Amino acid sequence: MTIAVPDTETTIAGRSALLNSPRTVLCLGGLAAACLLPFVLSNYQVFQLTLVLVMAIAILGVNLVTGYNGQISLGHGAFYAIGAYVTAILMSKAGVAYWATLPVSAVVCLTVGFLFGFPALRLGGHNLALATFALAVAAPQILKSSTFEFWTGGVQGIPLAKPAAPFGMPLTEDSWLYFFTLSIAVVMFLAAYNLVRGRTGRAIVAIRENQLAAEAMGINTSFYKALIFGISAMYTGLAGSLGAIAVQYVAPDSFTVFLSISLLIGGVVGGIASISGALYGAMFLQFVPDVTDSLSKAAPWAIYGLILILFMRFMPEGIAGFVARLSPRRNARVAYVVARVPLLRDLRRWLGQGC
Amino acid sequence: MDTLVSQVLSGLASGSIYASLAFALVMIHQATHQINLAQGEMAMFTTYIAWSLLAAGLPYWLAFSLTVLIAFAGGVVIERVVIRPMGRAPLLSMVVVFIALFVMLNSLAGWIFTYEVKSFPSPFPDEIVPGNTYVSGHEVGAIGVTLAMLLVLYVFFRHTSLGLAMRASAENPVSSRLVGIRVEWMRALGWGLAAAIGAVAGMMIAPIVFLDPNMMIGVLLYAFAAALLGGIDNPWGAALGGLILGVIENLAGAYVVGTQMKQSVALMVIVLVLIARPSGLFGKARASRV
Repeated sequence: MTIAVPDTETTIAGRSALLNSPRTVLCLGGLAAACLLPFVLSNYQVFQLTLVLVMAIAILGVNLVTGYNGQISLGHGAFYAIGAYVTAILMSKAGVAYWATLPVSAVVCLTVGFLFGFPALRLGGHNLALATFALAVAAPQILKSSTFEFWTGGVQGIPLAKPAAPFGMPLTEDSWLYFFTLSIAVVMFLAAYNLVRGRTGRAIVAIRENQLAAEAMGINTSFYKALIFGISAMYTGLAGSLGAIAVQYVAPDSFTVFLSISLLIGGVVGGIASISGALYGAMFLQFVPDVTDSLSKAAPWAIYGLILILFMRFMPEGIAGFVARLSPRRNARVAYVVARVPLLRDLRRWLGQGC
Repeated sequence: MDTLVSQVLSGLASGSIYASLAFALVMIHQATHQINLAQGEMAMFTTYIAWSLLAAGLPYWLAFSLTVLIAFAGGVVIERVVIRPMGRAPLLSMVVVFIALFVMLNSLAGWIFTYEVKSFPSPFPDEIVPGNTYVSGHEVGAIGVTLAMLLVLYVFFRHTSLGLAMRASAENPVSSRLVGIRVEWMRALGWGLAAAIGAVAGMMIAPIVFLDPNMMIGVLLYAFAAALLGGIDNPWGAALGGLILGVIENLAGAYVVGTQMKQSVALMVIVLVLIARPSGLFGKARASRV
């Protein structure tokens, strides 16, 4: 059955070129909604949304290296910890402003990721997974050790001050932090979107699909693998900085191996080889424990495990893949329904042919 | 000098536990080219089963044997129910499934048995050799039990037809199937065996590190390092790697980095092996066919 949707009259006069893509329209709509949320939600809910954005940036880092480049990382929690500690140390020891710590933390994580990635990435298969797993397990111990206690505060960690809204803006601290995080998240997501669509993106996906063929095409595979590992460490590290500012506290026990596993779970549930999936994964991680906590402290992880196995069996492309399959352009059944429901039909016409 | 000797001996004791876990990891890796990230958590969970059996009043060695049998059955069930249906899924999917098993076993143990740290009894007397002050009776016993287990495994793989069939189906599944070996069942048996080895390792390490749901994460890390050090395609090399690593860990902990940083030693060993000798000490360097 072919579905022909009459879409000849979609060009509405006066619509700007930017609005031509339905995806752009949806994204802008979502962004507008995200900007309105702090004015209708409680401070705690706004704080939770800030954490969702932080996790989304962190998961985006995992998606870039594991989803797009096919290199399995079980240790991105360590980069999150590095970012958090760079920010915390700069703020508490050197009195640097919170926003000024972000570029430093990005550079540090990029460098550490690149250097750590180089030896481990030389070999395919499990080696990176094992090396990063080791990094994640060892990270809290290194942070706790007395050698670095002067800098890291040892087991106690470092408390931080909460930044207030600048320029006398009439915003609560939580709302300001939300907007600050949101603006950085928008930049990071746009950057990732452009990265994967460009030359680098094609190179890293080619390496994932067939490293040998990619090499034969002239792609410097070890450089690109280390580069994308560094970039992904930078994303997750930046998220760590934002997370440290948001929760105003860093301590070794927040960065156990389970943080790294959470990031991988978020990536897989959201859709590991997608940009938007990072956001779905972050919401999953933030709001599922709220529901399951009433059962037991241990319940979320048991349920995570079950959900992971089910996703791998039945929906390996994650929530993002599921959403993409609902697009009427790809799904004849959805297109059929859309063509027959007046409101949806009008919406689709307005959004344009591409949708 | 006395402290050095006792450090080396207790290094061998924990090393023998890393050795048996590394052996189990490599055994699974040879058959399926997967690294079972949940190996440590399987061992932890079965140790909790042993603890409940002991708490129910069973004598130690009866509880020990029952636990090994339960672990074997559990390993077979996990292979048939969770691993097998994945078929020829890509590496990432398999790693995610192992991670899922890892967190499920970890949280189920916490859910059922609580996160409270428990002590686990040792079957060995405090002074196994009269007048010796170097090493505790449990450490000598743990070395003895794991070495005996590795000997049994050696005899099993070398001198029984089932062991030969398991080695054959790991080496060449297609030809093995053609000569009538049920390769799928050999894999399930391998998982059962790995789980049973893990159970023994868990029961031997629990008196040293105490029983809690996270007790195996550090041990597993050392088992990974041991497997890479010994060579990921050589189980006996991996077992030797485990012993070497146990000694390195204890000496480094006592004289170099301090006990707080012990896990970083495993991280350093993993990174150094990957840089300097990716095939491990006893593994074959492998070139892939283009």
